[in-house]
Amino acid sequence: MTPAAVPTARTAGLIGCTRCGRVFAPGTELCTRCGAPLSSRDPRALQRVWAWWFAGLVVYIPANIYPMLITRTLTYSGEGTILGGVVELLGHGDYFVAFVIFFASILIPVGKFMAIAFLALSIRNHRFLDEHAQHRLHAVVEFIGRWSMIDVFVVAILASLVRFDAVATINPGIAAISFALSVAFTMLSAQSFDPRAIWDE
Amino acid sequence: MSAHIHQQQRPSAPRPDPAALERLRACPHCDALYQIAPVAPRERAICTRCGAVLIAPRARAFSRIIALAVTALILMAAAIFMPFLDLSASGMHSRASVLDAVLAFSDGMMLPLSVAVGALIVVIPALRLSLIVYTLAPMMRGGPALPRAAQAFRLADALKPWAMAEIFLIGVAVALVKVAGIATVTPGPAFWAFCGLVVVTVLHDDVMDAESVWQAIERRETARRSAADAAASRA
Repeated sequence: MTPAAVPTARTAGLIGCTRCGRVFAPGTELCTRCGAPLSSRDPRALQRVWAWWFAGLVVYIPANIYPMLITRTLTYSGEGTILGGVVELLGHGDYFVAFVIFFASILIPVGKFMAIAFLALSIRNHRFLDEHAQHRLHAVVEFIGRWSMIDVFVVAILASLVRFDAVATINPGIAAISFALSVAFTMLSAQSFDPRAIWDE
Repeated sequence: MSAHIHQQQRPSAPRPDPAALERLRACPHCDALYQIAPVAPRERAICTRCGAVLIAPRARAFSRIIALAVTALILMAAAIFMPFLDLSASGMHSRASVLDAVLAFSDGMMLPLSVAVGALIVVIPALRLSLIVYTLAPMMRGGPALPRAAQAFRLADALKPWAMAEIFLIGVAVALVKVAGIATVTPGPAFWAFCGLVVVTVLHDDVMDAESVWQAIERRETARRSAADAAASRA
């Protein structure tokens, strides 16, 4: 079935609510059932996607350069970045946790930037991925993006738990704040993307 | 699993009457248009184009959702105030509650992150569950909805991606592995309460069918309006 064969609210000259699915006559501004603002397709949706995307990318850079954790013990004092933490875990032989952190803090964010940019650029171009694949890619990005927040929580727990005054303390580094912002901004970027537009002719 | 709603075959007339519109649903994800038909409990109506679950009613859903949401709120309260983790290394002890984890960033310029972490793991999950109880509890026995029930439920739906209790729990697991080599960690009652909270939240989201809730709210709103109209015409 080609996408054009599927009737949509838009082809029927109607507006569907993206929050609750109720359908309205054109010109209706608010959903009478759930109160969400209605738009057949928001022409500024892509602008919002790119705005959040760039904001997320800008804060993702310091997140990788500055330390995430500042560890002080009697014999050691060091600052660990995201990638440094992964390498350290590998050195200790904690392959599984190293993989979890690598996946959540590096693979997901980088993959998310590429996936959102790809979708925003090729929303009307189905040469590389068809509509179904693009839709699935967006669903995966929306589902998995929030899991990047793991590293921020790891830092929060370590910093609150490892408090043996003078002997050993762990403090959060400034990268934690920019990493958290980056995750939030890219979540907003993915949420701003309107997957209905993928299917439009 | 069966798609019980039928693809709308012909585009509607330019100015369709509201009664016909009431029976149409557009997939919120891909805009495919459907005519709704009754879906039995445990059946699911799935968008034939993008695969999104559109309707998935459950028997006695409202009372089950409320029971699970209240359970989750009680577990949340326990998780915040009871001891969460206890760390001991060569005779030294250190303990942390969930609140301590939230306040880990509270010195100086990291303070906004403390606020964000507190929001993501405690405030937003609790707010979302409370809004759902607020929306559903009055309607459970067929009573009228409370004022702004639709806004409350819409906000609860919008907050769903920002409620990160389960992600926090995975973060705890990772942190435990990181310190396991240098210290002994003993989980406290709050840790188990938090695990329970995550399980209950998953069950809650599984029973939740937004379409049933929206239909219940809309039925009451329509009834309220027609009662108000009748009263106005009598006056």
